[in-house]
Amino acid sequence: MNKVQNNRAWLLILPMLLLVAFSAIIPLMTVVNYSVQDVFDAHTRFFTGTEWFEAILNDRSLQAALLRQFAFSFTILAIEVPLGIGIALLMPKRGWQASTVLILITLPLLIPWNVVGSIWQLFTRGDIGLMGVGIRELGYAYNITRNPTDAWATIILMDVWHWTPLIALLCYSGLRAIPDAYYQAARIDRASRWAVFRYIQLPKLTNVLVIGVLLRFMHSFMIYAEPFVLTGGGPGSSTTFLSQTLTTMAIGQRDLGPSAAFSLIYFLVILLVCWVFYTAIMNSQKDATPQGEA
Amino acid sequence: MAQITLKSLAHSYASHPVGPEDYAIREMDHVWQQGGAYALLGPSGCGKSTLLNIISGLLTPSDGQVMFDDQVVNELPPEARNIAQVFQFPVVYDTMTVYDNLAFPLRNVGTPETKVRERVSEVAAILDLASLLKRKARNLTADEKQKVSMGRGLVRDDVSAILFDEPLTVIDPQLKWKLRRKLKEIHERFNITMIYVTHDQLEASTFADKIAVMYEGQVVQFGTPRELFETPAHTFVGYFIGSPGMNFIEIARTDGGARAGTVDLSLPPAMLDVLHQTRSRNLKLGIRPEFVEITDAPGGDTYEVKIEMTQDLGTYRIVSFTFAGETLRARVAEGQPQPERIAHVRFPETQLNLYIDEFRVEVGK
Repeated sequence: MNKVQNNRAWLLILPMLLLVAFSAIIPLMTVVNYSVQDVFDAHTRFFTGTEWFEAILNDRSLQAALLRQFAFSFTILAIEVPLGIGIALLMPKRGWQASTVLILITLPLLIPWNVVGSIWQLFTRGDIGLMGVGIRELGYAYNITRNPTDAWATIILMDVWHWTPLIALLCYSGLRAIPDAYYQAARIDRASRWAVFRYIQLPKLTNVLVIGVLLRFMHSFMIYAEPFVLTGGGPGSSTTFLSQTLTTMAIGQRDLGPSAAFSLIYFLVILLVCWVFYTAIMNSQKDATPQGEA
Repeated sequence: MAQITLKSLAHSYASHPVGPEDYAIREMDHVWQQGGAYALLGPSGCGKSTLLNIISGLLTPSDGQVMFDDQVVNELPPEARNIAQVFQFPVVYDTMTVYDNLAFPLRNVGTPETKVRERVSEVAAILDLASLLKRKARNLTADEKQKVSMGRGLVRDDVSAILFDEPLTVIDPQLKWKLRRKLKEIHERFNITMIYVTHDQLEASTFADKIAVMYEGQVVQFGTPRELFETPAHTFVGYFIGSPGMNFIEIARTDGGARAGTVDLSLPPAMLDVLHQTRSRNLKLGIRPEFVEITDAPGGDTYEVKIEMTQDLGTYRIVSFTFAGETLRARVAEGQPQPERIAHVRFPETQLNLYIDEFRVEVGK
């Protein structure tokens, strides 16, 4: 067969290139542009080089926000992933019970972020909220506007309520995809319930869990609306996460240069962590001895 | 070590079965002798996998009993039955190495590691898996995986029977015979009962000493490959075994004789006696294509037929012809002369089988 060399075929990717340019490349380059300049008005600007980046990286309050952000993301992952797997394992497998449970589980996922914040804001109020009043009745002076621990616990609880269903649904579909023969073979091999989970179910869930963990990490690392509505970042700055800090800086104070530098660092952190997660999980699937006797 | 007895066993997936069509397994009695190599042969949906799952305990039969020696095991779960099963699609524990896979059934019952190592290396040697022991099971080819799942059955020294559920389905053709021979070797080496489910008659007859042919939830014949070929006990066996399958001619009684369509048949007297004793109208004659004789000259016991088609298959030919309105086939050796359009066929008396209500009736000589 003769291979035809025709470079005009490259033109076919032009529409895609345009689309990506407008949706990603141009906005990102704008941010890069801002991050290396100090803009006073439309006509006055100075090139600053890496100044903004240095300032951002050395900013104590931003470092604290970054730490809070990591603490938050890893806490909710540590709760949501095992909990989601557990729920998926307990969910009924067929019949009307399965459909009912599926719908009930999915409900929190259908609620918009800021509505979730509002619901929990009302829910936790000490005067009229069911949870707020309930906890106070039990004798604990629960107050998310005064007590940072209460605020933290509530935000984590809210996120777990909102997003554990995603992990549960992903795992449920992963579990349904395991052929019966695996369970039958395990029974014949006299495997314990734990061994079935450890050697059949968990390995088969790896792929959906990669998706689940990455999605949940990115989501939680960018969380904005829910804590903003629920606590407004307080008390103090105890629940002020990165995205809220960034919004205050960019929209509230119009510090375009520093916030552009901040955005880029934020973006790179997410990229880096996702890459680490992905590589770690994928490496765990590889052969222990890749050069082993073939 | 066990003899497996099925006692008036039946199984229905329906909760309130009414007629026989509700049963995946119709009532049957059957004995699998200790140490035998058996095949369970039948088309898809005939109930062979159901029967296998009942024996291994994955299914509880709705009626009757499964007995291992003298013990009724109906209520025993698979893990308590000392049985191993190899499935159609290879089941391996992906994240474990081949070694850990083979060791898994032993470790589950707390076998000491020294014993585990001894058994695993023994079985790995037999199955040619020794060089793969350190590999993760997920990276194996289909036939290697199937050997691993077989190996998990062999490492246990308490296993009294291994059940195979179409184990070679996903194996490349050129590897199939190798694995089949391996199975045979294993059977000869260990004194284990093996039951092999398949829909492939070649697989069944190369593996098994005795074959149970299943049809619509029943074992219609249990015999050696030779018996299945020469004296099929049911029209289905005749049709299913052999290539092409047996010819069947529907016949009707006449005063003192028998005819097929408009053709009067000359049948042996003993067969006519049987024919006239039954009241059934479902009567068939069966003859293997291998035994149909074709000549160009009419004789005393020949019938004139029209030849429709000849397929040349190298070492033999399949000749299709019309007899009494039905298309029959004859298998003719290469080089044997063959008439062009009109021919005369002879059905040798000794090779004629009589079927009443689809079951073969023994006719005295």
